Amino acid sequence: MLLITCPHCGPRAETEFRNGGEAGIVRPRDPAALSDGAWTGYVFTRQNPKGRFHERWCHAQGCGRWFTAVRDTVTDRFLSFHPAGEQPDEAGR
Amino acid sequence: MTRFSIFSLARNALSGHANWPAYWRSPEPKRGYDVVIIGGGGHGLATAYYLAKVHKVTNVAVLERGWLGGGNTGRNTTICRSNYLYDESAALYDHAMQLWEGLSAELNYNVMFSQRGVLMLAHNTHDLQIARRTVHANRLNGVDNELLTAEEAKAFCPQLNLSKDIRYPVMGAALQRRGGTARHDAVAWGYARGADRLGVDIIQNCEVTGIRVEGGRAVGVETSRGYIAAGRIGCVAAGHSSVVAGMAGIELPLESFPLQALVSEPVKPAFPCVVMSNTIHAYISQSDKGELVIGAGTDQYISYAQRGGMQIIEHTLEAILELFPIFSRMRMLRSWAGIVDVTPDRSPIIGRTPVDNFFINCGWGTGGFKATPGSGHVFAHTLAHGEPHPINAPFTLDRFVNGRLIDEAAAAAVAH
Ligand SMILES: Cc1cc2nc3c(=O)[nH]c(=O)nc-3n(C[C@H](O)[C@H](O)[C@H](O)COP(=O)(O)OP(=O)(O)OC[C@H]3O[C@@H](n4cnc5c(N)ncnc54)[C@H](O)[C@@H]3O)c2cc1C
Ligand SMILES: [Zn+2]
Repeated sequence: MLLITCPHCGPRAETEFRNGGEAGIVRPRDPAALSDGAWTGYVFTRQNPKGRFHERWCHAQGCGRWFTAVRDTVTDRFLSFHPAGEQPDEAGR
Repeated sequence: MTRFSIFSLARNALSGHANWPAYWRSPEPKRGYDVVIIGGGGHGLATAYYLAKVHKVTNVAVLERGWLGGGNTGRNTTICRSNYLYDESAALYDHAMQLWEGLSAELNYNVMFSQRGVLMLAHNTHDLQIARRTVHANRLNGVDNELLTAEEAKAFCPQLNLSKDIRYPVMGAALQRRGGTARHDAVAWGYARGADRLGVDIIQNCEVTGIRVEGGRAVGVETSRGYIAAGRIGCVAAGHSSVVAGMAGIELPLESFPLQALVSEPVKPAFPCVVMSNTIHAYISQSDKGELVIGAGTDQYISYAQRGGMQIIEHTLEAILELFPIFSRMRMLRSWAGIVDVTPDRSPIIGRTPVDNFFINCGWGTGGFKATPGSGHVFAHTLAHGEPHPINAPFTLDRFVNGRLIDEAAAAAVAH
């Protein structure tokens, strides 16, 4: 089980959290103007990197807030945690 | 190459079983092949076998990063069934089922395919309605599946607990009698042996590290053992499909999750069939070695660490013990995880990609072992002709663009 540090509550067991997948996915401003391919990218295509990954977690059984974590998907080690709105320094992969 | 038979067994018994030949050669990679298959799991090896056998394409290499079947082929719980809901899926999985039924004879290798029946439990009114709908859909597609009452289910599997006091009492079940299990390693070894005999080069410890693309066409692969040119490339890398496709600049709608399983200490035959429950997430069978084989769920986050969390296993064992209190004193022997590549609609992607001559067979997620023979058979057709077989034609990468999804999320609600 992962030990996850909520930026608001500190380290807690993974069972208190809900994973929200890739971080930083922005809903297109004008969906009607999008090509089908671009819409597919938004709805279905996700980064699935072997290595550094920016992901969203929700502290569902705690403060209830969403935040961003950077984790290495090979070791499952967390590299950093960021409250919503704070940008991790380096790019996703 | 020795044909296995009662006579070869007797002959080798006389010489103390010291002279059995190797199942396959271990050749040095050639400079190029007509077809290069990336991934020596069951699906990749089956693809190579049918390419050589059915399509007479024998200048083929299977490149495997580790050892044959060391991926999900050797880590899965081997449940085989074909009772999927939609027409496209029923055709694909039943194609595999029909090949399973003759596979040991076809390969002259015992894959221990055992049609002991797969019982899928219903625990509430909705489960029963879904089971009824699936049974009808299956029968319209010529796939056997029947609805049982709780008592009939218990007659089929006497270990089942029908107590009304458990959290989710059993209310009925769907039974596919043709479903069952097979020996996972044997499937990889049998296909490898068969493919090798037909001239396919099986190259282990050979990791693909790059795909060479020139003018929108794939022309070869960079590997840990040098560059290998390829007329066509088939990527069958399961949990690593995103990584390999990424080498060709292709983004796939896949997420890779750890999926766990565990086995108990071996005991005498104590369990007659396969039981699955989507609602409480548990599935169980007994291997021919005597171990209870229990499948757990996926972790909630993507990962390439073949581990998975303990709480996932606990959750599954709680469910198993409600259904089968008889096993409460069993000791578990081993647990492990594999990395499974999951698509948004829980159906595989088999076919062309935006890069010419680079084909994919991926997204089998938590349930591709059962499809191994059918997957290899239709993918071989795809690689030989550059066009899909009618059975895999609906399973395109394009369906995520045009919206023709094949949503089997219900069929695959439990990892199996
Ligand atoms: C715990 C668990 C239980 C499961 N239970 C069931 C079940 O009961 N029924 C069922 O139908 N399915 C089940 N599955 C799913 C099933 O195992 C998979 O869908 C199926 O095995 C995938 O087939 P494969 O042979 O292609 O995979 P694999 O055996 O994983 O083959 C892929 C191969 O590609 C190789 N590879 C990856 N990257 C590279 C590279 N760069 N270069 C060279 N080679 C590479 C890997 O080393 C691997 O050997 C289960 C899976 C798991 C993990
Ligand atoms: Zn919190």
